[in-house]
Amino acid sequence: MNSDNLIIADKSFSSRLIVGTGKYASAAVMVRAHEASGAEMITVAVRRVNIALPGAAGAPRAPKEASLLDYIDTSKYFLLPNTAGCYTADEAIRTARLGREAGLSHWVKLEVIGDERTLFPDTEQLLEATRVLVREGFVVLPYTNDDPIVCRKLEDAGAAAVMPLGAPIGSGLGIQNVNNIRIIREFARVPLIVDAGVGTASDAALAMELGADGVLMNTAIAGAQDPVAMAESMKLAVRAGRLACLAGRIPRKLYANASSPIEGLVGR
Amino acid sequence: MCAKMSPGASAHPFIPLTIQLNGDRVEMPGPLTVSELLARLAIDARRVAVEHNLVVLKRGTLDEIVVHEGDQIEIVNFVGGG
Repeated sequence: MNSDNLIIADKSFSSRLIVGTGKYASAAVMVRAHEASGAEMITVAVRRVNIALPGAAGAPRAPKEASLLDYIDTSKYFLLPNTAGCYTADEAIRTARLGREAGLSHWVKLEVIGDERTLFPDTEQLLEATRVLVREGFVVLPYTNDDPIVCRKLEDAGAAAVMPLGAPIGSGLGIQNVNNIRIIREFARVPLIVDAGVGTASDAALAMELGADGVLMNTAIAGAQDPVAMAESMKLAVRAGRLACLAGRIPRKLYANASSPIEGLVGR
Repeated sequence: MCAKMSPGASAHPFIPLTIQLNGDRVEMPGPLTVSELLARLAIDARRVAVEHNLVVLKRGTLDEIVVHEGDQIEIVNFVGGG
């Protein structure tokens, strides 16, 4: 199984779990969780730096803030900048370009949000941003809803993977529309990553059993009572689900089918 | 927010510049390049990306780009996200 890597565009990843860097109680916990998750690809957000203007009379500056990159070994982890929080194609495109310059890679997890309560994607803007960024040479991984038609359009627009949600971001509800994920699996010719909605290990395993090529999550790990233990459980769940998918499950039957022989019973 | 900066030890004559920096109006002594702006703000250029009037600047060009009156500058870095 050593060759069962996740391949997206021109890159190969030995882990099918992609994890985030948000909402951790401390950088130290994040570092240990990343380690335990076995993930190789890590998402980051692009935001304005805090500007500390020097005082007029050379007043002392505030102590220098630690940067997220102080805690991520970029020789070990591949950074995937996101466009989280963007509500238009234009904003997302600007953010993707800035992320490319900050991270020196041309990969982007493309998000264009349509509504702040649900964080559901605005798929019209998402498609437009995908087309523009693909033209500019980006490897675009769009976060989208679990709509097979939108996924197909994203693929046609040049997306390197499709990333349907399992449930709303950070909701922990698990995969709400199993059958849509199954249909997307049948349609997709690019990798299918279930992105968002995972609450616990069985959700990640289910995603993989349905045939997803990978799972992307943040809150399920960062928000767990013990993020490091949850990270490890997600690593095992993704692996288990993948193996189960490749192994081929038995069909579901309504009635029992005995495992022990019917013949040779004592006293018959 | 509108803050003033001292001209410091610069040999250049003091020419006040007002720019939009990360959405805030900021006044500072000019002339200066984007590299000099980052240095004054104590920002490590290797850790950020800079957008100058909606154009993302390539790392190697920060020394050459001069900040002008009214310019819009965005300086971003990576933070935690999912």
